[in-house]
Amino acid sequence: MERPTAILRPGLLPEPLIFERGAPGRSGALVDAAAAGGPESSEVLPPALRREDDLAGLPEVSELDVVRHFTRLSQWNFCAATTLYPLGSCTMKYNPVMNEAVAHLSGFADLHPLLPTSWTQGAMELMARLADFLREVSGLPGMTLQPAAGAHGELTGMKMIRAYHVDRGDARRRVLIPASAHGTNPASAALCGYGVTEVPANREGMLDIETVRRLLASDVAALMVTNPNTLGVFERDIAAIGAAVHDAGALLYCDGANMNALMGVAKPGDMGADVLQFNLHKTFSTPHGGGGPGAGPVAVSARLEEYLPIPRLVRDASGWRWSDDFPGAIGRVRSFHGNFGMLVRAYCYMRALGGDGLTDATAMAVLNANYVRARLQGTYPLAYPTPSLHECVFSDRDLEPTGVHTLDVAKRLLDYGFFAPTIYFPLVVPGALMIEPTETESKETLDEFVAALEGIAAEARRDPEMVKSAPHATFVGRLDETRAARRPVLRWTPPEPER
Amino acid sequence: MRFTPHTEGDVRAMLATIGAESVAALVAHVPAALRDVAALRLPPGIDEREVRAEMASLAAANGRPDAVVFLGAGAYPHFIPAAVEQLAGRAEFATAYTPYQPEVSQGTLQVTFEFQTAIAALTGMELANAGMYDGATAAAEAVLMTQRLRPGRPLVAVSRALHPQYRAVIATYLAGLPDAELVEVPYREDGTTELPSDALLARASCLVLGYPNVFGAIEDLEHTAAAVHAAGALAVSATAEALALPLLRTPGGAGVDIAVAEGQSLGLPLAYGGPGLGLFASRQSFVRNLPGRLVGETVDTLGRRGYVLTLATREQHIRRERATSNICTNHGLCALQATIYLSLLGRHGLRAVAERNLRGAHALAARLGRAGRLRFAAPYFNEFVLEIRGARRRWETALADGVVAGLPLGDWYPELEDCLLVCATELHDTAAHARLASALEQGGT
Ligand SMILES: Cc1ncc(COP(=O)(O)O)c(C=O)c1O
Repeated sequence: MERPTAILRPGLLPEPLIFERGAPGRSGALVDAAAAGGPESSEVLPPALRREDDLAGLPEVSELDVVRHFTRLSQWNFCAATTLYPLGSCTMKYNPVMNEAVAHLSGFADLHPLLPTSWTQGAMELMARLADFLREVSGLPGMTLQPAAGAHGELTGMKMIRAYHVDRGDARRRVLIPASAHGTNPASAALCGYGVTEVPANREGMLDIETVRRLLASDVAALMVTNPNTLGVFERDIAAIGAAVHDAGALLYCDGANMNALMGVAKPGDMGADVLQFNLHKTFSTPHGGGGPGAGPVAVSARLEEYLPIPRLVRDASGWRWSDDFPGAIGRVRSFHGNFGMLVRAYCYMRALGGDGLTDATAMAVLNANYVRARLQGTYPLAYPTPSLHECVFSDRDLEPTGVHTLDVAKRLLDYGFFAPTIYFPLVVPGALMIEPTETESKETLDEFVAALEGIAAEARRDPEMVKSAPHATFVGRLDETRAARRPVLRWTPPEPER
Repeated sequence: MRFTPHTEGDVRAMLATIGAESVAALVAHVPAALRDVAALRLPPGIDEREVRAEMASLAAANGRPDAVVFLGAGAYPHFIPAAVEQLAGRAEFATAYTPYQPEVSQGTLQVTFEFQTAIAALTGMELANAGMYDGATAAAEAVLMTQRLRPGRPLVAVSRALHPQYRAVIATYLAGLPDAELVEVPYREDGTTELPSDALLARASCLVLGYPNVFGAIEDLEHTAAAVHAAGALAVSATAEALALPLLRTPGGAGVDIAVAEGQSLGLPLAYGGPGLGLFASRQSFVRNLPGRLVGETVDTLGRRGYVLTLATREQHIRRERATSNICTNHGLCALQATIYLSLLGRHGLRAVAERNLRGAHALAARLGRAGRLRFAAPYFNEFVLEIRGARRRWETALADGVVAGLPLGDWYPELEDCLLVCATELHDTAAHARLASALEQGGT
């Protein structure tokens, strides 16, 4: 195996691992250990409690080494700031720079979570206002800002559903989940001790109310739906389905990952939802960070308010304070009060856009997705002809004779300078290409993107091998994932010393 | 404000291509009964200058400019070099998604591989994952993992000296396992955890210890792990203050099976308690049971080294209800920021800053000798329990002077009503120490 010493792509510099840089004895930041006096650790810690390896294996580099290293690595990433990132279901909209400036204010960034609440009224006020905004968007009365991400919100919501049923003397055993659902839905239900029954979609890519009714046995605790679902299709019968779920004594969980399609269009509370988790890192513009941190606030119906996790924000004559004094609560789901830094960014965004701006964001997200859909449906077959909202799902069926598959199309798109759509998801669409442009992309960008996908379809017919061996113009070529999984190398180890 | 770029002409042209009359027509298939009541009653939008002014005034309503704060208890104030936040804030890192297309995500992937390597080294463990939400959820996931690894053992033993929020989160997560039962193990007079009986351990999947624990006390992990293993259970250490690790016997060296930690101390701001960073490290042999993402090394078509997400068959998007965890989005950017911090300080800087913390806290404890006494005799790092008559009253008096004299422990431990949990880091100089000493001495009179 070769070290990446060759220049991978003109203009980009190679870079080893940080552990391969530097020299023994170097440090980028040293402090004077004696500055405040006090005994040395060797006088205080008995030998059995002392570190045994003197931190061997950690980097020995200068500040400039570090700056070069991470700046170079950053240049190997595609990101929303450099290109269209049309990952379906992920809502990679523009992350306003203003949010970052605000989150770094010392009054937010340097605030210890256990300060007396008389010192944190500004932070708590911000959280209370954000909770109110999210209540309004969801149409639901109860709210917790604690969960750290969408999946964590699902877990929190399903725990509340379980607590509700346990209180009624009947924990119930199963949760119904559509086959098109995101993997976190069944995984979150399972973490709460539930078995999962899959609900098939009908020919329109929607839930069928008769099928749901048939599956709603007395041991079903909840139906977990995503609306619009992962095909971008609005569940037309959702209100009737919600009523059927309630008639069976079960509850309706709504996965709110797709709320970018619904602002000003429909409120989950009006559909009968009992729980809705938001993904602030999707709908409300907090950056994805290459995999988080996000935030997954959860809104609930009146039925579930008593089960919301602790601590809860309460207001009395002297202002906001935290309270754990809620006997019905499911308990605590993480430390402290939530991913406050992300809540600041989301509030900042919602405040700037206002009700009219959020409504416009949804409208333009739907317009952009439908534009891409209209432009591409002659080139790639739509998975379902049903009208869709903020995203659209195609398949690779028409490329079958060329031997080119969805994965190849995705890789070739990277050569055109775009990130790829979500692929092979939802699982109900063979060879799915799921595109969510979001509202912040311009018509020119979408036209270039469409032209790229049309170009790839033509290339697949003309020169399938070239497409199948893509990408050709990226920082590295196609990577061997099988090898990575078969012989996992999950950390760097120093080379054997030469003899 | 608007971030939508559409001109009227764009909208018209796009609608013509779609074949729709209006933008409203695109949502007409949503039932009217829902649409009719969907208007958002939110304040109208404002411009950036107005938003910034409002946010600045909310930020200004927090804290006190002249304050000195001696709070730790799970979130630790440390100095963050400018390079750390500047590099981590680069849009190339911050505005990327989880690296699903490795050929254009090598930046994120290589950093994550470096993170896994650095966390394995810091904890002395064989491997680490790409990170979890925070220390408390990482501890809960560790407990669930021990339940998978040791089936038929319904008990989960946790030290009563483990941070109460960690214990609470473990309890919440465990509620989904019908047979599992949480048992709390008492602490001893010196502040460390009592060894549970063999009978208890024989029915337990694990014992979880804080390292240091919530009192700042440093547990004898090696001794405990040996006893836990003799009974067939697994030893889990949970570190809330990751900067203690550069000085302490590593969890791996002490024989621990799973080491989790809160990584906030490694270059992340306090941010009112979140986002933090869950560190999760374990034995190599447990790799297929690990929760969360893993990045592995591989090669590209030309044989050049590169990195990919790997062993995904453990994860929710492949395994669905049989996944080892439901986690998807984790705290990737926090892991990246911690990697930068660990690199910049490096082997020598980490040791120096840890030493500075330990020495400063001991200097402070000596200085407080006239106001109170150390409640526990066990060795400590940068946090200790001060027993002091009229603790709450003195704490209130100090607060009025802008001194937050740690955390009154009575809320968490009724038997420690006369105790303050005091933390001092490299941010506290001798003048700050003196202010705390005089505030506490005064408060009693
Ligand atoms: C439909 C859907 N549900 C749930 C999730 C999980 O959210 P998170 O990644 O924030 O945990 C996602 C995002 O990946 C999603 O697309």
